[in-house]
Amino acid sequence: MQDKNGMNSKTNEKKKFSEIKGFSSFTSALMAIVIGLLFGFIVMLLANPNNAVAGFRYVLLGGLGRFGDVLYFATPILMTGLSVAFAFKMGLFNIGASGQYTMGMFFALYVAFMFNLPPSIHWIVAILAGMIGGMLWGFIPGIFKSLLNVNEVITSIMTNYIGMYLVDMLIRSNEAMYIPSMTRTKYIPQHVQIRSLGIAGSNVNFGVIFAILIAIVLYIILQKTTFGYELKATGYNKYAAEYAGMNGKRNIILTMVIAGALSGLGGAFAILAPSEIIGSSMTYEPINVIAVNGFNGIAVALLGNSHPIGTIFSALFISYIQRGGTLASLVGYKPEIIDLVISVIIYFSAFAAIMSSALGRFITRRNKKEKIVSNTQSVGNIEADINNKEAEK
Amino acid sequence: MENENYIIEMLNITKEFPGIVANDNITLRLKKGEIHALLGENGAGKSTLMSVLFGLYQPEKGEIRKNGEVVKINNPNDANDLGIGMVHQHFRLVEVFTVLENIILGVEPTKNGFLDMDQAREKVVDLSQRYGLKVDPDAVIEDISVGMQQRVEILKMLYRDNEILIFDEPTAVLTPQEIAELLQIMKDLANEGKSILFISHKLNEIMAVADRCTVLRKGKCMGTVEIKDTTKEELSRMMVGREVSLKVDKKESQPGEVVLSIRNMTVPSKIHKNNAVRDVSFDVRRGEIVCIAGIDGNGQTELVQALTGLEKMTSGQINLCGKDISKASIRQRSIAGISHIPEDRQKYGLVLDYTLEENLVLQRYWQPQFQNKGFIKFDEVRKYALRLIDKFDIRSGQGPITVVRSMSGGNQQKAIIAREMDKDHELLVAVQPTRGLDVGAIEYIHKMLVEGRDSGKAVLLVSLELDEVLNVSDRILVMYEGEIVGQLDPKETTDEELGLYMSGAKRDNVKEIYNAG
Repeated sequence: MQDKNGMNSKTNEKKKFSEIKGFSSFTSALMAIVIGLLFGFIVMLLANPNNAVAGFRYVLLGGLGRFGDVLYFATPILMTGLSVAFAFKMGLFNIGASGQYTMGMFFALYVAFMFNLPPSIHWIVAILAGMIGGMLWGFIPGIFKSLLNVNEVITSIMTNYIGMYLVDMLIRSNEAMYIPSMTRTKYIPQHVQIRSLGIAGSNVNFGVIFAILIAIVLYIILQKTTFGYELKATGYNKYAAEYAGMNGKRNIILTMVIAGALSGLGGAFAILAPSEIIGSSMTYEPINVIAVNGFNGIAVALLGNSHPIGTIFSALFISYIQRGGTLASLVGYKPEIIDLVISVIIYFSAFAAIMSSALGRFITRRNKKEKIVSNTQSVGNIEADINNKEAEK
Repeated sequence: MENENYIIEMLNITKEFPGIVANDNITLRLKKGEIHALLGENGAGKSTLMSVLFGLYQPEKGEIRKNGEVVKINNPNDANDLGIGMVHQHFRLVEVFTVLENIILGVEPTKNGFLDMDQAREKVVDLSQRYGLKVDPDAVIEDISVGMQQRVEILKMLYRDNEILIFDEPTAVLTPQEIAELLQIMKDLANEGKSILFISHKLNEIMAVADRCTVLRKGKCMGTVEIKDTTKEELSRMMVGREVSLKVDKKESQPGEVVLSIRNMTVPSKIHKNNAVRDVSFDVRRGEIVCIAGIDGNGQTELVQALTGLEKMTSGQINLCGKDISKASIRQRSIAGISHIPEDRQKYGLVLDYTLEENLVLQRYWQPQFQNKGFIKFDEVRKYALRLIDKFDIRSGQGPITVVRSMSGGNQQKAIIAREMDKDHELLVAVQPTRGLDVGAIEYIHKMLVEGRDSGKAVLLVSLELDEVLNVSDRILVMYEGEIVGQLDPKETTDEELGLYMSGAKRDNVKEIYNAG
């Protein structure tokens, strides 16, 4: 009788279980967000109990009124997020997004100031130049990793610094670009700026649309192409990829170049953004600081579970909450409180796997009741699990 | 009333995992001083049952008694306090420590806070003499043989005064001579009053040494039998649930032209400074199964990796169907006609997080049949996967979209075999293709290997299992310390002779046969 029940419910239960799995990987991200926000609230309470509720309201809802800005600030971190996520699919940790981003900025700026091109294509060339700058800076860790097996984390930390100092040096020494008295670059000619989307009170421009389109293209590459197939196979199991004759060395370089291109584009989108005030534009300040948007990209990729589409949403979310965070300063809170909240969220989303499996188990246990399935195949899995567990010890 | 005979009783143990019952009302009673075998296929619930006994899992139902008294085992330390010790399949020894240091690890005797090695040494020497466990207390683990490492593991249990000794598949890593020695040691231990649980799926060994045997199948207890009243055939029927042929059914081989010819292959080792494969030469012809026998770690792995392109040779030449492939890439060798069933199916053979269909095209996703301008034709992949699933009877929860990680080991191996055998190939390299699989799956894989041979392919089999070596192959090459030391005819040789070659006690000069011709 037990067996009969088991046979009938087997297929149903399998299906349900997989649904629960997909469901809970999304909910665990949500849970991470909730816990992070709660933590932020507690910190706000401790820092200043009187204004905590008002401040927290700004954090939660402040972004709503500034939707254009949310999109605008989401653009660069979406690009660096995609950069980190894409490399991560291959099992590479591209911590060098900052350097690639900075190089992208510089290449775009250089084309903007130093090239004399027809206005209709000047901005496009500047964007592409930014992409090439990023590619170059992704290529370096890529080639070190693939030919000399140098860990990409180490090389990309170094390329971050090299890129930042190099760009600062080149900009300071370039009179056509730099205003020493103001320690910033000049305003970019208006025809090189990316066209605004025309949302009042915000700099949001076509960059965000390009970024979302790029995310979708990446999704297609990963899901539909042989390159994506190889890339993910290598990320999941590099030994099996090698066994199957995939060209690991070429794929490592290619992945890092693409990741660099994405970050570089992020830099170009950021620096070529228009300004609301006519005649002005974004500027670069060569003050020896590594671009923070590169590191925010890591957070975005982690929260988006390295999925290109998930990354879109996580970039929007992080941008949204950052907008709110800056508003919290109206009631006396430092905007850093939002960095704190974000880091707690990331910390908890790193537990996503554990949380989702715990949640899945909880739900199945509740649903189980009399459903007892005896199925050798699953027993086999459990035995394998046990062996793995033992091997770990 | 009868309780006094039993040292450990596991009564009506039920252990459930979400959705399944790993142990369903299992009763196992171990008498004092007996050797009790626990027999079952992979996935039958042996490991779960032992994990319950060891305190790694808590059963939902049932109780454990020691000497008739109910005990609660919450963790391995409790088990140890009750005198339960275990020799794991993969030893848990500190490689750079000496034998003595390993034995006392965790229970170091101290005097005024300082280690008291003399006291420990005395006890170890005493134990090793008493039970005939020959070890050198001062030898470093990484320098001693696997057999001796196992004796160290046994001494570890004895040093802790364990009375109940669990041996988990202890013979898998040993030569025939070492196996005989181990079985004798087990008998001596039992005679000295120790109680032994012997987990195994090797019927010969169970018949040789055990007093009683409990058989598990699919989480259920099939019963406990007295060994003297039973036969191998009956045990295997209890284990599998149907008649299985323990003998491989095959015709005389009809070797054709040479497909693979290896000359003077030398491959460096990653583990030690010497070469792992030294100046090896041999041929494999169409229509024959050549088996490379040997104890694990004598260069078989490196030989296969160099042959398939995963590893570089320092010198030597590989010819496949007359074409020199010594410098070809892995992909080129695959196209040239090598199919490879890898030793470690989860590490090399499969991308576990990919679906079954994605894994089935792992060697050919780039072929025009499956891609167009870099875009994978998923409908073609699906069609192909469904055909292979049907042809090779690969069982899984959701067919082609099952994530391979969730499949059983046997079906994972079937997926690899389907992929490699369906691919155009001249040479099939199969490395330990039946490792860790149950009797039914082993029977199937052996049949597939013979089928491949009969359809005119050359088959190179690497195996550590003597039964497999003797039953499946048409020609045996024995590898010892990176060299081929013997070429034997499976119809004429014996376990003992093979064992002598495998342990390096006997060697012929095989090299000359090939280098002359």
